[in-house]
Amino acid sequence: MKKIAIVAYNQSDCVSWAGATNEVELIMPVLRRVFDQVGLNNAQDVDFVCSGSCDYLQGAAFAFVAGVDALGAVPPIKESHVEMDAAWALYESILKIRMGHADSALIYGFGKSSPGELPIVLSQQLDPYYLAPQWVDSISLAAMQARLMLDQGLITERDMADVVARSRGNAKTNPHAQLSGDVSVEELLAQETYVSPLRKSDCPPVSDGASAVIICTVEKAREWGVPYAIISGIDHRIESHNLAMRDLTDSVSTRKAAEAAGVGAGSIDVAELYAPFSHQEIILTRTLGLTDKTLVNPSGGVLAGNLMMASGLSRIGEVFNRIASGEAQRGVAHATSGPCLQHNLVTVLESA
Amino acid sequence: MSQEREMITGIDVPIYLQYKFTAGTAPARFLSQVKKGVLTGQRCPGCGNVYCPPRGSCAACGLPTEEEVVLSDKATVQSFTIVAIPIPNNPIQPPYIIANLVPDGSNLSFIHLMSECVNEEVHIGQRVQALWKSEEEWDYAMDNIRYFKPIDEADVPVERIGHMPVTGWED
Repeated sequence: MKKIAIVAYNQSDCVSWAGATNEVELIMPVLRRVFDQVGLNNAQDVDFVCSGSCDYLQGAAFAFVAGVDALGAVPPIKESHVEMDAAWALYESILKIRMGHADSALIYGFGKSSPGELPIVLSQQLDPYYLAPQWVDSISLAAMQARLMLDQGLITERDMADVVARSRGNAKTNPHAQLSGDVSVEELLAQETYVSPLRKSDCPPVSDGASAVIICTVEKAREWGVPYAIISGIDHRIESHNLAMRDLTDSVSTRKAAEAAGVGAGSIDVAELYAPFSHQEIILTRTLGLTDKTLVNPSGGVLAGNLMMASGLSRIGEVFNRIASGEAQRGVAHATSGPCLQHNLVTVLESA
Repeated sequence: MSQEREMITGIDVPIYLQYKFTAGTAPARFLSQVKKGVLTGQRCPGCGNVYCPPRGSCAACGLPTEEEVVLSDKATVQSFTIVAIPIPNNPIQPPYIIANLVPDGSNLSFIHLMSECVNEEVHIGQRVQALWKSEEEWDYAMDNIRYFKPIDEADVPVERIGHMPVTGWED
């Protein structure tokens, strides 16, 4: 099977409101930077393009089509889209390369969540007969998950605050983070609850922005002469939409995806986890069996800036950056989608 | 006792979501000029094409179009159709003309209405000019131009459509 590598990654700043900027205006600067990293003109220089976005976020039907205006798609290109986080667009691109239909691919994700009320918008991804008509929002569902864990003694509120404090601290070195700085566990615990037992700090900020990645065969990466990291494994699994069927204190789908992706085949220097809520980082850390030897979310993770439909791709990009710079040899990137970690994708990256 | 149940063929689940929608930086600049009665385009730094209305990028090159160009409100018919069905809530009565028009100084067409014309005589290459609403009605909207109407100017040969300077035939 062809070995596939990541050769470029860029993400915009996470901002709470991107102003009048439209989809194409959000995407273009990020694409320019990944093209420049490899020395490409535009999407004509890759074999395949796949994007991830969700029109519900900005409330504009077929908004994703406007994104194609950022590509330079004249003459026509091979292009696809997933109504999901762009981490799944990367998955589709890997399949395209493995099937021999492409040697290189550009993947981008973008989200402008500020125009709507994000937790309410996300309620409409639930089952349409029972849950969506009740407008059960994403924060309330996560709060029930956290309550289960606290009640069973699996975590404490201090554990959750610990995750937040570390995220904000790590984010100080991430120029694209929205929330960063030194904050103590005591300060966090002194805040009142928002949707109990969650405090506002346990929840991700609403962010606007985009990210992009370029992948290719190892042969192509050598031809381009750029630093690269090898994607040694990738897999994704989904759990039932019926929340009552799931053990919300665990992430079975992450565990299965991690096994299939070969996470356990070596040590893990760095992990970037898409945990929108503080307690979910603890679930994922335990599920993946991460120990003190693994640096978790050195970017600050999505508690520091949550680009819907792009942050999953960014997790992969953040691990790539650390391998390409030589800081890490082997790393794991995780992406999630749906309520309470319903759908999970795990990618293993290794140095060349 | 009947075991028959009424077949459910549908349920009402109304969805109301509120958004603060924004058009984009480039469309906002364009609409601000339209409110002043001026048509503008944006030029691609790569291929040099001028887009009207601009969307912020050159779709052919994938480059941001930041240079603003003032255009004429005279235009050339690139294509057209005669529509026999009414536009909902619009006073324009069928049959009427929808046309692809290229304003002088721009390279790509936009779609607008034509009127004050003999529908059967409308043709590709025909010269037209905007009929603006009265100034006090101007808003951030393309319908500040009520429609385009034919003007007494020589037709533009097909190969020159999309290549007329902003000065039109006067150049």
